[in-house]
Amino acid sequence: MSYQFDFSFLADKWPAFVDGALLTIRLTVVSILLGFALGTACAVARVYGHPLLRRLVGAYVEVIRNTPLLVQIFIVYFGIATIGLKLDAETSAVIALVINVGAYTTEIMRAGIESIPRTQIEAADCLGLRRLQVILHIVLLPAMERVYPALSSQFVLLMLASSITSQISAEELTAIANVVQSDTYRSFEVYIVVAIVYLLLSLLYRVGFWLVGLALFVRRRRLGTAL
Amino acid sequence: MTQFNSFHLLYLVEAARWTILLSLIAFAGGAVLGMVLALGRVSQWRAARALAVGYIQLVQGTPLLILLFLAYFGLGIVGAKLEPVVAAGLALTLYSGAFLGEIWRGCIQSVPRTQWEASDCLGLDRLQQYVWVILPQAARIAVPPTVGFMVQIVKNTSLASIIGFIELARAGQIVNNSTFQPFLVFVCVAAIYFVLCYPLSVASRHLERKLHVAR
Repeated sequence: MSYQFDFSFLADKWPAFVDGALLTIRLTVVSILLGFALGTACAVARVYGHPLLRRLVGAYVEVIRNTPLLVQIFIVYFGIATIGLKLDAETSAVIALVINVGAYTTEIMRAGIESIPRTQIEAADCLGLRRLQVILHIVLLPAMERVYPALSSQFVLLMLASSITSQISAEELTAIANVVQSDTYRSFEVYIVVAIVYLLLSLLYRVGFWLVGLALFVRRRRLGTAL
Repeated sequence: MTQFNSFHLLYLVEAARWTILLSLIAFAGGAVLGMVLALGRVSQWRAARALAVGYIQLVQGTPLLILLFLAYFGLGIVGAKLEPVVAAGLALTLYSGAFLGEIWRGCIQSVPRTQWEASDCLGLDRLQQYVWVILPQAARIAVPPTVGFMVQIVKNTSLASIIGFIELARAGQIVNNSTFQPFLVFVCVAAIYFVLCYPLSVASRHLERKLHVAR
């Protein structure tokens, strides 16, 4: 094997990689925030909603969790265009990612909500809290604290999966890599560099979620005990 | 321009066979690798543990798509020109090995300590302990999450379409290129994936309930 590794393309291509990584961050942070909101709303509906609504949410979760993200992205990007609504690649990517991560969040948050003891809710009722107050303060925050590790690793997986949106020409990190490798023919090196960038990104996200967890869960920060 | 018809649907269903084949390759390869990694993770040797942790962190921190590109384009340039099916099988094996390794590590560790101690007292050596006491119990715990992970494998084979392997997702793109009815075509593709994955999801949940009761 006489292959010479050559990373010299980095000298003038590195800004492109930075741009790509920034777009990946932007796409996924927006998708995570919206997807979390969607998933939490669906989880509440799944547990407390009208029976019909519960079935509907259940069907949404099953359909999304049992089909590939790639196909979901194609349906959103190419499919919605045929109805006459022309969306650009990035908007389509965000919509697909939100729908996707929303379904996983629903399942994770549902498990968290169901782990809250009935007595907590009864106690809150006795204290005269309104329905919405009970759901927000007594159910959702402790539920989220319980499932936070599962939730944050699901979000890291979403960040990695966002590489698939390169297939509908969203100009994120993987798409940049594809462009650079067809410019330089240095595919092995390019994908090694991008793999390292993704590794750093997942490290960054994990640290970020840890900090968010510290800020969000005051009880845990003060007491340092598991719920 | 042709309309989407039953021949197209048949073509998609036939392409699904390649999805199944690729899933089986990935699962078989991933199972072997995952077993090695799981045993490495719980090994007494620090070096084996570090190696297994390092590999798992590396693969779980990288998108599968990048692994696929590395296997297909990367190895191609180094000199080993791989067929798409081989590159996809390799990348999916490396990927599912890391996840299965981590799942099975949890299963091995969830076998109660007392089982290790009891088998120590009976004078079994390390290999005998694994083969006769620990792994059979770990395997029982491992069945539901493993079946659940198979859903991930089936869905992830769709990425092989990107390096040109004609499985279900790629077949969908081909049909779409000739009919130009993307919504209909990809909903059909999604439906076929659903038919493949949903029974596995249901089986995983069912097994979890069943084995949990037995414990």
